[in-house]
Amino acid sequence: MPEMNIIEAIRSALTLEMERDERMVILGLDVGKLGGVFRTTDGLQERFGTNRVFDTPLAEAVIVGSSIGLAISGLIPVAEIQFLGFTHQAFHQMGDQLGRYRYRSRGRFPLPITIRAPMGGGTKTPEFHPDAIEAQFVQSPAIKIVMPSNPYDAKGMLLEAIRDPDPVLFCEPERLYRKGRAEVPEGDYTVPFGKARIVREGRDVTIIAWSAAVEVCEVAADRLATEGISAEVIDLRTLVPLDVETMVKSVSATGRCVVVHEAPLSAGFGAEVIATIQEEAFYSLDAPIGRVASYDTPYPPASMEGAWLPSPDRVVKQVKKTLKA
Amino acid sequence: MDETPPIQLLDPEGKLVPGAVPGIDDEFILEGLRWMLVSRQFDIRATALQRQGRLGVFSPVLGQEASVVGSAMCLDPSIDWLVPQYRELPAMLMHGFPLEKHLMNLTGNPVAGRIPDSVKMLPTQVALAAQFPHAVGLAWGLKIQKKEGIVMTYIGEGASSEGDFHEALNLAGVTGSPIVFFLQNNQWAISTPRRLQSAGRFADRALGYGFPGFQVDGNDLLAVQQVTSEAVARAREGHGPTLIESVTYRMSFHNTTDNPSKYQDPAELEAARLRDPIKRIQAYLRERKLWDEKKDTAWAAEIDAEIDAALKKAAAAPPPNKSQIFDNVFAQLTPRQEQQRKELMGEA
Repeated sequence: MPEMNIIEAIRSALTLEMERDERMVILGLDVGKLGGVFRTTDGLQERFGTNRVFDTPLAEAVIVGSSIGLAISGLIPVAEIQFLGFTHQAFHQMGDQLGRYRYRSRGRFPLPITIRAPMGGGTKTPEFHPDAIEAQFVQSPAIKIVMPSNPYDAKGMLLEAIRDPDPVLFCEPERLYRKGRAEVPEGDYTVPFGKARIVREGRDVTIIAWSAAVEVCEVAADRLATEGISAEVIDLRTLVPLDVETMVKSVSATGRCVVVHEAPLSAGFGAEVIATIQEEAFYSLDAPIGRVASYDTPYPPASMEGAWLPSPDRVVKQVKKTLKA
Repeated sequence: MDETPPIQLLDPEGKLVPGAVPGIDDEFILEGLRWMLVSRQFDIRATALQRQGRLGVFSPVLGQEASVVGSAMCLDPSIDWLVPQYRELPAMLMHGFPLEKHLMNLTGNPVAGRIPDSVKMLPTQVALAAQFPHAVGLAWGLKIQKKEGIVMTYIGEGASSEGDFHEALNLAGVTGSPIVFFLQNNQWAISTPRRLQSAGRFADRALGYGFPGFQVDGNDLLAVQQVTSEAVARAREGHGPTLIESVTYRMSFHNTTDNPSKYQDPAELEAARLRDPIKRIQAYLRERKLWDEKKDTAWAAEIDAEIDAALKKAAAAPPPNKSQIFDNVFAQLTPRQEQQRKELMGEA
């Protein structure tokens, strides 16, 4: 089986689907000749032509808004927003339009659209580029939110996203784009939404994360293991739909839980995870559920991001606190 | 589309076109050239430093020096406001922002790089076109309060596709705000060429918003200065906004993460080099016996020393401290933020 990093896995998914479904088009800033600022669409315009892979004028709202029209016309748009932070410039087209079109047209116009966007910090990018704003879209209830953390899931979930009959926001963990290669099938496969992945099994505590924070939790779990603490790490993979069953099953067995995310603490998706677990597994809990998140400030300047983002240190500390509680 | 060529005073060889009369004296022209050279030398030095990992990501001005300097020469820093995007370093310096502060920002020390209170300038903006509504609000506010001064704001042709650009121009027209919108059409939005950005002429957009728009040769210092000074005068006299499209060329990369060889025709870049704005104004001054090799060498050494001094000051600034993460979030932190700050600092 070939090994791919996340960039290559995404490119592989895009290529396969472009070959399989001639209705699929790719649009966004610099996705053509340049192949995207991260090269995820490298070579695709050359191969599939400017009628199927096109650079748009520089305007996020029109990328998302025109995708809605393209979809209604019969195409399957896969739009790239250069960085998730810049979906704010398209927010009215996402929350209000993309996430409501099936509903407001009473099912007449479903939108099979995928919006891809790199996100997350830790790479010293300029202002606004690293913001983890995924939870903002959870409040727009009809957009599926996909947060892959590794190459295998990135490819399988992107194929699932493009084939999904509804809009999907596909958030790519920029920090892990080229971090390592893993085995990824060359051919077609999908990873279903709403099925969390147990990254490693453990007895003492459940750590729940998604996107690049999964890697932070894996490092923390390794360290905890050297101290005799057995942590189960769960990668949610998708926030919408949410795999309640896997979370509840794990927490029911361990009795303790810590949620980790890159977004600021207050009203981050961790709050939703915790509320859900206490509703579903309250009597299994031996301690309050802990949270490790970024602080409630704007994303700090790059030189200080290391102190702001959740780190393995902070996860280890919180797990110990939760175990003592 | 209007096919009139952009307004020009100097041809690419540095000769005055028929009928052209420079609006400024030789001394002021030399001052402009000096800022252009500061900009060029800084870009070259900063790129080398960035490659060594000593500076963060930045966008050079290279190729657009006449455009930025010629426009900024028309401002009065004591009363006018500058609202930059992120590719206008010489305008910021001319407005009084110290080079060492710029370097502090590029080395990840933004607290030390705070804009001094005496400098009428807003922070650089990487959320494209987001500064345009701010600039209009500022100009409108000056007008409402009958305060002196005008606003000049910058943007690229790429960012001018954003909704904020159009919403801001419309409001400026309606309110008759004292503002100059300076659009640098450098032909590239990262890899997206100008022809994919708009089917029309950028300058013509002003007509739709009810005020004048001009297209100027952005590599011609004298033309940029002349057109902008007229726009500034219009704003000062209460005649409202102007849009200027400065037609130039990005002779370098979008920013230090970019690799234009992937999408740019080398012949096009070569052709652009023949229109280098610095060579053009130097040729004009040489013809007037105001520029020679000796001066060129002397100024280069002087400017290098200025950059060295700024680098030294930047390195000597108090380094960033993680406690600053919680500075200026609010006038007063919420109890929860205060608790988080203590946790970060190990005080909890």
